[in-house]
Amino acid sequence: MSALWPRGVETVDLRIRSDPAHLADMREAVRQMAERCGFAADETDAVALAVDEALTNTIKHGYGGSPEGDIDIHLERLAGELGGGLEVRIRDYGHQVDPEGICSRDLSDIRPGGLGVHIMRCVMDELRYERCQGGGMLVTMRKYLTRHGESPVG
Amino acid sequence: MAAHADSIKSIERGETGTVVRLVGDIDLHRSHDVHQSLLDVCRERPNKLIVDLRDVAYMDSSGVGTLVEVFRQVNAYKGKLALVAPSARVKNLFQITKLDQFFRIFATPEEALGAD
Repeated sequence: MSALWPRGVETVDLRIRSDPAHLADMREAVRQMAERCGFAADETDAVALAVDEALTNTIKHGYGGSPEGDIDIHLERLAGELGGGLEVRIRDYGHQVDPEGICSRDLSDIRPGGLGVHIMRCVMDELRYERCQGGGMLVTMRKYLTRHGESPVG
Repeated sequence: MAAHADSIKSIERGETGTVVRLVGDIDLHRSHDVHQSLLDVCRERPNKLIVDLRDVAYMDSSGVGTLVEVFRQVNAYKGKLALVAPSARVKNLFQITKLDQFFRIFATPEEALGAD
């Protein structure tokens, strides 16, 4: 796939529908932005996975599986902080939940479902959920590079 | 055997077991079809159900959840589930979710079919 973002792009704002058919394109967009931020290939894959999990949760829980909702995605290259990195913000206009109730589950309980938050917390250095005025949720995730261009999370 | 969903490359039924070869990205967009296809195979109660992942480029927790559910279905009739050749990306997901110690993973379908 050819490069999506011109050189020097520091922020990207996208709006997609809550249709799972868009997930593959979003993963590629995030991979390319993460690569521009200086992450190695395995880290760009991991960041794409974390964003995919966040979008999946938005589609399933924010919009109850409906493909008709709007999802705003903001990708931003971080400069200076811990050697740089990437911030991802995902805003939906669907169902709200208490951020305190969003947590990883016990992985020793082998069953389908409930793994997305755990994956996001494993991959990203920061993860925050907020309720938005007027409805919906905002998820903010950050992953940092070290001073020498290597991610602190192996 | 003809594939009957976009993510199912082939289904090969043999005396020792059934091998389902998946292809592409197994995410929320595709995992439902994969789930249904694998459950259809489970209804045949193969002694061994082998899910070949060598052509799976990407998987997320919805794909993993499908595999866990299929494991439960196969286990319910005392069959055995095995996975074959997950990519490094998929193996990493299994490690993050601690399922690398749960699934039986082999390098080839032949190894999986020949195992106890």
